[in-house]
Amino acid sequence: MRAQVGNDAKCQGCMPSRRTLLKASAAGLLGAAAMGLSGCAGSALADALSGVGADADGAARAVPDIGAGEVKVGVMHSLSGTMAMSETSVRDAELLAIEEINAAGGVLGRQIVPVVEDGASDNATFAEKAEKLLMSDHVAAVFGCWTSASRKAVLPVFERCNGLLWYPVQYEGMESSKNIFYVGAAPNQQIVPAVDYLAEQYGKRIFLLGSDYVFPRTANTVIKAQAAAKGYEIVGEEYTPMGHTDYATVINKIRAAQPDYVFNTLNGDSNVSFFKQLRDSGITADDLMTCSVSVAEEEVAGIGASYLEGHMTSWNYYETTSTPENDRFVAAYKERYGSGRVTDDPIEAGYCAVHLWAAACEKAGSFEVDDVRAAAGGVTFQAPEGLMTIDGDNQHMYKTVRIGRVNADGLIDEVWASDEPLKPDPYLTGYAWAKDLS
Amino acid sequence: MVETLVMQAFNGISLSSILFLAAIGLAVTFSLMHVINMAHGEFIMVGAYTAYVVQGAFSGFGDAFGLYVPVAIVMSFVVAAALGAVVEKLIVSRLYGRVADSLLVTWGLSLVLQQLARNLFGSANVGVEVPSYLAGSFEIGGIALPYTRIWILVIALACLLGVYLFMFRTRFGRTVRAVMQNRPMAAALGVNTRRVDAITFALGSGLAGLAGCTLTWIGLVGSGLGQNYITQAFMTVVVGGAGSVFGSVFGAGFIGIGQSIFEFLTDASLGQALIFLAVILLLQFRPKGIFAVSSRSLEDE
Repeated sequence: MRAQVGNDAKCQGCMPSRRTLLKASAAGLLGAAAMGLSGCAGSALADALSGVGADADGAARAVPDIGAGEVKVGVMHSLSGTMAMSETSVRDAELLAIEEINAAGGVLGRQIVPVVEDGASDNATFAEKAEKLLMSDHVAAVFGCWTSASRKAVLPVFERCNGLLWYPVQYEGMESSKNIFYVGAAPNQQIVPAVDYLAEQYGKRIFLLGSDYVFPRTANTVIKAQAAAKGYEIVGEEYTPMGHTDYATVINKIRAAQPDYVFNTLNGDSNVSFFKQLRDSGITADDLMTCSVSVAEEEVAGIGASYLEGHMTSWNYYETTSTPENDRFVAAYKERYGSGRVTDDPIEAGYCAVHLWAAACEKAGSFEVDDVRAAAGGVTFQAPEGLMTIDGDNQHMYKTVRIGRVNADGLIDEVWASDEPLKPDPYLTGYAWAKDLS
Repeated sequence: MVETLVMQAFNGISLSSILFLAAIGLAVTFSLMHVINMAHGEFIMVGAYTAYVVQGAFSGFGDAFGLYVPVAIVMSFVVAAALGAVVEKLIVSRLYGRVADSLLVTWGLSLVLQQLARNLFGSANVGVEVPSYLAGSFEIGGIALPYTRIWILVIALACLLGVYLFMFRTRFGRTVRAVMQNRPMAAALGVNTRRVDAITFALGSGLAGLAGCTLTWIGLVGSGLGQNYITQAFMTVVVGGAGSVFGSVFGAGFIGIGQSIFEFLTDASLGQALIFLAVILLLQFRPKGIFAVSSRSLEDE
């Protein structure tokens, strides 16, 4: 969750390619096939010697372990630490989808066996667990991560080992790995339309508030380019450290800047402090509108509906979204995990990710990563949010934008939606003002 | 502009009062026992969850809902103090004089308590509503002072007064100060130091619980609550002087007002870095904090 990303968090177990080969060769010479390396690295040795199955750089590759009647998948979220409050529910949704698919006969005739790992809200732990899932458990796919920092930490592992990550959360864009399927919104499916909608409804003076890490800073870079092109005025830009608890000073600055609305990219617990302190300083949604892109129904429940009533959010799905599939999904989720639970966008995306993967495997007739990836383009799933289609070019999804308003019960009512699912555009190539961003 | 500055001044005082509340329990236990209680944040969390449970019990009472606040304040103190007494008896009392061990054990305890909270209340944060008389703010001219922050300030002052009266106006407080200054001598004169330790630890834990109750009005209620405040609480105690309860007042003021000024002039991330820098500089010149307590015990230093 913190801004420390990637480089320092690379997995220790996954060795540079040359060392992998050397060590594997040594193992071969000694006649000890295991030597602390997983069986798949052993097969990588055989592959490397025969010149097939390894990347040009000779990296070890994950090979799905397909049992007679079973196929293993990884479920990797933070079940402890500061992100547990959000990620635990996504895990629940993914397990629900696995149960549904298994009850309906499984994928390619095999039952899905989930291997659940705890990323512990720590980027290095995520990288380590990703390595374990791919190289020791030989999972066919991994459903996991939430923060962009954790995704960027596991990305090199998935690319090196040629694994498959299904990422369920909206994010800042500017990324397209062949080893990741992005099931959440790209910026053109959430942030960009929300900025325009709010400017149209409430005015052009925008205050940007976010947590101090990769997602809010990248998102705000996009918004600033958009504002410059559209004639909006950015009257303030503030970042607070993760876990920041005192927003009195920030609220004072917002008050002094007199924006027409606040675009909020705060993440995690900070939202609780911000919204409580905002209302207690006498500012309601009638006085100053905010639009959040990381506050969904579950976060609303954790803050208290009365604090957020009237404020806006931008997502692709709400619990109130009216489709027959959503009625079924909400009922199944509540029956499985309790009537007090709510569903929201990342929960729905996690659920869809499993179904989309299963559909892609069925289409490919295989669990092999390369086969699944080749078959994935155009695969559809009749999701709770509506028809979801995988874009084969960038491995993002076609999604409908939905701007909503929090009601007194803590649910979110849709106030505007795009006419149809939008094509994902992670690099915002469709916008002239964004050409210098990526 | 004037309004902004007045509100910012109030923000500094308010943040100081919050830090003081979060740190006072730590100061009490640290000054007496030299036990660095890494689980202090989780006692704050216990107080917050107690307030949540009490609020839930009152939610069906309609107009009487507002009465939950005084009940929650008392219950948060009592529950956290009781837990503190148990922890002292079972764990901390076995580790006196072993600073590194107690550090590790209380850190472990903090992890256990966090997981326990997740198992009991779920991993998502829970919502606490404030009664109508705490919502909104006191407005005069263009200035708005949130009632919650005014009340937290009042409660912090009441705690300060309470701790002062307890330590300096009661017989038991005098015994506590005697043990603080010279443990072997106090024991030789017939003071039951084990009992003093137990009661003081419970008191410090109770104050943490009380802080947790007030923090539910302005921040999250979840298993991560304690972690959000623990660093600043430690910093407050260290700056104030790790042996002085009243040093905490000045420590809280130094950090709270300093952070508000820095954050107002720069931004929150840089403001926090600058306040850390200021603390480092301060400790260069006053390594034992603003108020260093002179101890008469021989093993000191």
